[in-house]
Amino acid sequence: MERVSIDEGRCKSCSLCVSVCPVKILTISDRLNERGFRPAECTDQAKCTSCGWCAVVCPDVAIALYREVKA
Amino acid sequence: MAEEMKVIYERPKSWANKVTHYCPGCTHGVAHRLIAELVDEMDLIDKTIAVWPVGCAVFGYEYFNFDSVEAAHGRAPAMATGIKVTNPDNFVFTYQGDGDIASIGMAEVVHAAARGWPITVIFINNGNYGMTGGQMAPTTLLGQKTTTTPMGRAPQLNGYPIRLPEMLAQLDGPAYIARVSLDSPVNIRKAKAYMRKAFNAQIRGIGFSLVECLSTCPTNWQLTPVESMERIRKEVMAYYPLGEFKVAEGVL
Repeated sequence: MERVSIDEGRCKSCSLCVSVCPVKILTISDRLNERGFRPAECTDQAKCTSCGWCAVVCPDVAIALYREVKA
Repeated sequence: MAEEMKVIYERPKSWANKVTHYCPGCTHGVAHRLIAELVDEMDLIDKTIAVWPVGCAVFGYEYFNFDSVEAAHGRAPAMATGIKVTNPDNFVFTYQGDGDIASIGMAEVVHAAARGWPITVIFINNGNYGMTGGQMAPTTLLGQKTTTTPMGRAPQLNGYPIRLPEMLAQLDGPAYIARVSLDSPVNIRKAKAYMRKAFNAQIRGIGFSLVECLSTCPTNWQLTPVESMERIRKEVMAYYPLGEFKVAEGVL
């Protein structure tokens, strides 16, 4: 299961999450969503540190964050 | 096999799962989300009544799972006072833009603050009238170009910008007055902490509380969302300093 879950239908391609990600794993994708925006996507789920900055800055509440529970 | 995942962040429960009408990158969405998170965390969803303004946030009632009313332009604090007087157990907040609160609704907010009734005002300052096409607002910075100040705001012609929290902090009525910025994750988290204090000032019955949020308007500023955030840090914060201007005893 992914750590950074972006609801692509809600993304408006403002790229604020891309600008704040400290490990630079978010980019704006080339495809269009149903509203005609290019949604943000995560390029490397394993690098996410769950800092939460993308979710804090997202004006469209499109990002949810998860983390594996350590055994 | 699916791994067990713990939730770091998920959409707040009081946030109705709808796509907002705001422009891409507009920090109205951030302010909305902070309110929804606080309503969830403070368990207020059943007793919240929001009063929405005229301006970009006019459809704010669409996006939350708590009760809302829509006020006439600028009259949200008057309406909120009435609701709070008749329903003292409810949590009542208004959400207003700079044109709404600092221009047409200036008298209402000043008298609501002077009366000191425990209501909360969330004031979004983006420096122009966003919904109607970016005209000059009372909070427009000197030199800022808008559709009604095409040469930039000049003090001889248009007067000076108004710092509303500083003005209201001189009154004896308010319990909590602060200014926050929504320009970066650090400041957004600080904004949430200050908004929690403002909500607490009402819940504890101490008095009127107001939080001004420095916000962006990428469409009318004609900047990208990321450049708009930089403009807040460079230009807007220089004129509108962040901080708490009044904290009455008992607010936490």
